Amino acid sequence: MSKALRKIIAYSVLIIVSFLCLFWFYALFINATRTNGELTRGFSLIPGRALIKNWNSMLHCALPVMSSMKNSLFISVTASFLCSYFSIMTAYGIHAYCFKGRKLFYTLMIGFMMIPRQVTVLGFVSLVDKMKLMDSFIPLIIPEIASPIVFYYMIKYMESTLPMSLVEAARIDGASELFIFNRIVLPLMRPAFAVQMIFKFVESWNNYFIPAMILHDDRKKTMPIVISLLRSANFADFDNGLIYMVIAFSILPSVIIYLFLSRLIISGITSGGIKG
Amino acid sequence: MKRSKWGFFFIAPYIIVYIIFTALPIVISLYRSLFVNYRIGLEQVGPFFCGLENYAALLSDKNIYIYLKNTGIMWILGFVPQIILSLVFAAWFSDHRLGLKGIRFFKTVIYFPNLIIAASFASLFFSFFANSGPVNALLMDMGIIDEPFMFFSNTWSTRFLVAFMNCTMWFGNTTLLLLAGMLGIEDSLREAAEVDGANSWQVFTRITLPLIRPILLYVMITSLIGGIQMFDVPQILTKGTGDPNRSTMTVLMYLNKHMFSKNYGISGALSCILFLVTAMLSLVVYWFNFRTEDRR
Repeated sequence: MSKALRKIIAYSVLIIVSFLCLFWFYALFINATRTNGELTRGFSLIPGRALIKNWNSMLHCALPVMSSMKNSLFISVTASFLCSYFSIMTAYGIHAYCFKGRKLFYTLMIGFMMIPRQVTVLGFVSLVDKMKLMDSFIPLIIPEIASPIVFYYMIKYMESTLPMSLVEAARIDGASELFIFNRIVLPLMRPAFAVQMIFKFVESWNNYFIPAMILHDDRKKTMPIVISLLRSANFADFDNGLIYMVIAFSILPSVIIYLFLSRLIISGITSGGIKG
Repeated sequence: MKRSKWGFFFIAPYIIVYIIFTALPIVISLYRSLFVNYRIGLEQVGPFFCGLENYAALLSDKNIYIYLKNTGIMWILGFVPQIILSLVFAAWFSDHRLGLKGIRFFKTVIYFPNLIIAASFASLFFSFFANSGPVNALLMDMGIIDEPFMFFSNTWSTRFLVAFMNCTMWFGNTTLLLLAGMLGIEDSLREAAEVDGANSWQVFTRITLPLIRPILLYVMITSLIGGIQMFDVPQILTKGTGDPNRSTMTVLMYLNKHMFSKNYGISGALSCILFLVTAMLSLVVYWFNFRTEDRR
């Protein structure tokens, strides 16, 4: 097969697949601007004029959309920040110090890295119930401090970017261990911090299974739970514009993050060890 | 404070949180799986100790096998196109002689669906493929069908939609992982084969594929672990019923159902079985990670 022909095939397939990746979301945002009447008449590639109307009906509908947006933002930001910070701290503890049990800890963490929290959900929910933390954000934020996958990424990154001689030099100058961590190690780890914070943010934002079991109060719900209610609520049946508006609103933060940080995200998937 | 003490200090928060929120739930799940504890109507029965009866009840009921089969079918339907697409794209992106332009753009676009809330994506598809939805309207306008096709009343169209969504969300991620593996192969190997007269198909099957086998295995196992957790998409798409006729009910949806009906004994047994399966799969990933570490 000639090179030109292979190139034509490659470009055509890539363009078709790219189209299939983006089309749904383009149509979603277009549909969020159209009235229910327009929507029943099928697809359109041109935005309608009902953006403000749909926005207003979202604000006044029976679903707690705005408070869920706030809750989701709060949980995702704090969880991803704490996760990155403590993962770097743990990685540093393992990387820069020698102590008994260090190797064992490392091995256990890598060994249990892939086991998802979903499979121990009964124990997790019982525990949260016993601790009187139902309808609280704590069980959705604090457990993220111990994320083996992020820890693994951080220690791989540290091995390639943090020379121990730098730490030694600071020690000779009389810097305290805490000062070294906060003022020398953390700034050096800033790129890894950012990448993992983004990934954790998205993961936490998308989380549905566990939050749905812990948050029952309407004012405490997160965005994916509201999306699931969209399907069960009967009132929404007669306004499709509203449904598309809520869905579009729920993915907006991810879309904005991606528009600005796609390069960082793409490079973060494969750098510093392999990540699933 | 002695220096080694600082090491403990730095890893202490992690260990404490890990023990409380990850290790303890495993123990609790195991413990509660040994007790009869379920709800009939408004009455909670138990807990009474019953040994392994919950496991026996779960495994002798044919439902669990149906749901395992459903999960497996939808995983395979999504994973096969996903891995083929990813292999082809990664091969194109890493082929310097082909000299494709705009690779960064394509990488950015195909990774995008991975960031979307699965619940929102499923909700979107539910609206698009509804009986009076835009897809049906489009197909009728084009004269392909005369009356709306009921996508969610047909077993295979529902399964295909779930698989299609999973594939769309994950093939970009897989492509990037495989691409990293392919870019790690030394050019001289391929060039030597080409000098010996190998064509690009032979280079791909005889050089590239064997050399990225570890990454392929890694991708497969992590995807399998993800497949076992399949929940958000079918749950939202079918409003938690797994319809038509429970043909899209996954194992995790089954667990979710028992949790909501407060059948804690059975939930515990199912949790522990799922834990065991993912733990075994994790061992393979563990072995993979250490092998690549030895190579470095």
